[in-house]
Amino acid sequence: MTDAKEEKKDKTDNGEKEIRIAAIKERGAEYFFLLCSLMSIGAVLLICFFIFRGAWPTIKSVGLWHFLTFDKWKPTDVPPLFGIFNMIAGSVYVTLGACVIGVPVGIFSAVYMAKYCPYRIYPVMTQFVSLLAGIPSIIYGFFGMMLIVPFIAEYMSGNGNSVLAASVVLGIMILPTVIKVSEVSIRAVPKAYFEGALALGATKEQAIFFVGIPAAKSGILAGIILGIGRAIGETMAVVMVAGNSNILPKSVFKSVRTLTANIVLEMGYASDAHYDAIVATGAVLFLFILLLNMVLNFINRDANAAGGLS
Amino acid sequence: MKIKVEDMNLYYDTFQALINVNLDVVENEITAFIGPSGCGKSTLLKSLNRMNDLVESCRITGKILFDGEDIYGKKMNVNVLRKRMGMVFQKPNPFPMSVYDNIAYGPRTHGIKKKRELDRIVEESLKNAAIWDELKDRLKKSALAISGGQQQRLCIARALAVKPEVILLDEPTSALDPISTTKIEDLLTELKDRYTIVIVTHNMGQAARISDKTAFFLHGEIVEFGKTIELFSRPKDKKTEDYITGRFG
Repeated sequence: MTDAKEEKKDKTDNGEKEIRIAAIKERGAEYFFLLCSLMSIGAVLLICFFIFRGAWPTIKSVGLWHFLTFDKWKPTDVPPLFGIFNMIAGSVYVTLGACVIGVPVGIFSAVYMAKYCPYRIYPVMTQFVSLLAGIPSIIYGFFGMMLIVPFIAEYMSGNGNSVLAASVVLGIMILPTVIKVSEVSIRAVPKAYFEGALALGATKEQAIFFVGIPAAKSGILAGIILGIGRAIGETMAVVMVAGNSNILPKSVFKSVRTLTANIVLEMGYASDAHYDAIVATGAVLFLFILLLNMVLNFINRDANAAGGLS
Repeated sequence: MKIKVEDMNLYYDTFQALINVNLDVVENEITAFIGPSGCGKSTLLKSLNRMNDLVESCRITGKILFDGEDIYGKKMNVNVLRKRMGMVFQKPNPFPMSVYDNIAYGPRTHGIKKKRELDRIVEESLKNAAIWDELKDRLKKSALAISGGQQQRLCIARALAVKPEVILLDEPTSALDPISTTKIEDLLTELKDRYTIVIVTHNMGQAARISDKTAFFLHGEIVEFGKTIELFSRPKDKKTEDYITGRFG
């Protein structure tokens, strides 16, 4: 009788112990996951800190406004001149060029994939779009050097290394981002909208372009902004096809230098004030990206407020 | 005869959803389709303006004549057909744009661009749908921000804006409250002087209140079709009687 009681007590003790251990394990796992997610936050904060601290000496000596708007970059002159206006303009030019080429193609591709593509072909299409996203930028650079640059030199104007070449390469590079995000948001448009439009006698194209795309516009816009982020930060492919001369291009066939190109081309030999100015160039690029992210957040919030369509 | 359905069969893949359907819809009347879920009444409705074209596996035999013209014939332009036969869906589906743009969507699609013309159509359509007074100050507001009942009447107005001859309604009040339902029923009774109306409804009271003719569907067949008063007061078929007295369904 007593034995049985003891045994029972033992069992409950064991049971409680097990529960306690399980709880500790669960808590431990939670903290571990927290730690992992803190790493990305920590990384962002660290990057922010170091890049802006690195940029500070230049900003202090040259002045932020002068640094941004002065169009002479002569880091090895005595005294050196640090103005990155040409590079900012260059980055903006090639990014806009990439949008002109990549955005319409991307949106129409997304429309095709979401609304027309036979379901047998669809997996092939997505496969290729994913591949396009996975191609290293240096390969894009080669592609631009071997095909686009010679083509422009041969059939258009200049030596081919140009705003246009960089825009085409970047336009292709942003395609996967624009396509994927747009496709998802076009698919998310309720079928009832399309049916409503068709029932009014609209053709399929009219239903898509005058009801579907407007309903998906915030998602599509988000895709475009992500694409812009990719284009403005792209370095290798651009360096290989843009010509990189430090002047404001007068036409799309002229050579151009972007912020990223400026950094990668001079980092190797820069020192002292020159080095600081290069880091400051990076900080300006980083500011652009932060700005784009803010716009993106704003769009997403707007979309959520409008009823969850994104 | 506005619409004449002759020996029609409809299949989804191998499943036959409609079996040998024959039906006449008379101009300026309200024709109601009643029957339990899955009986084929909505399927027939969607065949009338060829919305079933969107279902890939759908196959139809027989004929549907609209003003004597075969709607599945080669000469039929499906967009024109749908313009002539407006449709209102079970769940109100206003587009995510302003009240004004919702109504103007159809006319714009069909090539009307002049602002004054569009203004006139918007006002007229909303008045015809008896919702002008409620919405006239909110034309620029999002159509998603108005109540469900208002949205459904907006959808009716949107259908009216393309000047249809027939209005097809697929359980238009099943998602609405009783007051909105009454408003829509009153509206339909008013509209039948100018339009031919076909309505699918789960609500037998509704069919009895507003329709001139009623078709009772069961398992893809029309069991009984006739004047609403007669069908409800002296049903010829035992199955109709069982259904309308609530013994199944």
